Amino acid sequence: MNGNSANNEKEQAKAYQKLAKKHQPRPKVFINCLKAFVVGGAICMLGQALSLMYVHWFGFKPEKAGDPTVATLIFLSCLLTGLGVYDRFGQWAGAGTAVPVTGFANSIASAALEHRAEGFVLGVGGKMFKLAGSVIVFGTVAAFAVGIIHMLLHLVK
Amino acid sequence: MKGKKLLGRSTWGFSEDVCVLASAATAGPMEGKGQLKDRYDKIYPDLYMGQDTWEKAERKMLEDAVQIAIQKANLTPQQIDFYLAGDLLNQNISASFSAKTNQIPLLGVYGACSTSMLSLSLAAVLVDGGYANYAVAGVSSHNCTAEKQYRYPTEYGGQKPDTAQWTVTGAGACVLGKGGGDIAVRYATIGKVTDLGIKNPFDMGSAMAPAAAKTIQTHFADTGRTVKDYDLIVTGDLASVGLPIARELLENEGYNMGQKFKDCGLLIYTSDQETFAGGSGCASSAIVTYGHLLKEMEEGHYDRILVVATGALLSPISYQQGEAIPCIAHAVSFEKRQQKGGS
Repeated sequence: MNGNSANNEKEQAKAYQKLAKKHQPRPKVFINCLKAFVVGGAICMLGQALSLMYVHWFGFKPEKAGDPTVATLIFLSCLLTGLGVYDRFGQWAGAGTAVPVTGFANSIASAALEHRAEGFVLGVGGKMFKLAGSVIVFGTVAAFAVGIIHMLLHLVK
Repeated sequence: MKGKKLLGRSTWGFSEDVCVLASAATAGPMEGKGQLKDRYDKIYPDLYMGQDTWEKAERKMLEDAVQIAIQKANLTPQQIDFYLAGDLLNQNISASFSAKTNQIPLLGVYGACSTSMLSLSLAAVLVDGGYANYAVAGVSSHNCTAEKQYRYPTEYGGQKPDTAQWTVTGAGACVLGKGGGDIAVRYATIGKVTDLGIKNPFDMGSAMAPAAAKTIQTHFADTGRTVKDYDLIVTGDLASVGLPIARELLENEGYNMGQKFKDCGLLIYTSDQETFAGGSGCASSAIVTYGHLLKEMEEGHYDRILVVATGALLSPISYQQGEAIPCIAHAVSFEKRQQKGGS
């Protein structure tokens, strides 16, 4: 009996989800991918331009120019977050602004701003990594795994 | 003649003299530029409302709405016997902290976005039962406090899908008493919790639509009324995704809802204000009903309306743990009184 009613419930939920799906607007996958490609690419181009600028005008070696470039992009992202425009930009560009380092900076800056009202220790300090934390954790774990594979490949050689 | 107070499964029938003495709505800056911009009692120029945190800002809107409603009823907070209030924040803080300010004995209630009609139904019960001479019901929601609690930081640039909704910044309050008003609170139908397996917290409309449809059906079955008996039936915050779903569900049950079936979440903003599927939050049904619809009734545009406030009873923890979103809806019928009677 119990199994039957559970099955019934499942059937009902399934039927409903089918009905509801008709009314849910479909995610615009193609146009979103296109926007993400263009905006993400543009941010990378800006990064490249900054990097060339640091090499040609500020005397950085090409392999060292990455550091000030990333710092500049992070600064710009935090500034735009603070001015309240990055989220609007992000709504339009989607992954285009989320995937580059600017998205990472935005996730930290926005959380720090949001929780400023709860104080510097419990608010800003405690909550600024609430979104970025998992990127750092899994990024580090992934890097560790890749590092081990790299080492093993060397041993085999 | 004294009518039966419990009808059918879960509908309360109130005496004809339980009525709205006054109502008020306060709204945020974006709502203040929307479709109903002339209908609010107070519009704040920014999201902080002169406070230093968003939580205090939300509380301020609720305090103002309650105060204005009591003033409009020509009463003082000392004369109000009970304050029934709720909001979306953890531990219902807007409601309880605002009650610290107005010093009216508090009954804190929670039904997510359905709290507007839940608190009003309970207020009507108190008044009709003689347990209160006057009761005020109030709710609030604030876009930034709700985002902070349920989703991501407001300045986070994540992309939201078109099914997402925009939490309304505002507060509404309604003073009930016996006699002395033009609009009676006639019936209240209390809903059952419904869960049909929708898990996406960015699609509340799909999650809540079955609860709304069910409560409307129960209301019709309990009262013997049907669509024809109402001039307007509005849901609280189903928005552009949930409303057509609820319409189809009701149609499948044999109710043709027609043009008079609307949603408060679609009445607040103009089409150029980017709010995804539409408004949501306790304030969605509250500012539309208390700010706009009751005025429409007074102005003679409607004689009978049914407000079905819908609520998604999830918590950030429940959906992170992969649970579906249980939902509820409560319906209240407002009716123009035939003759304006004293008490």
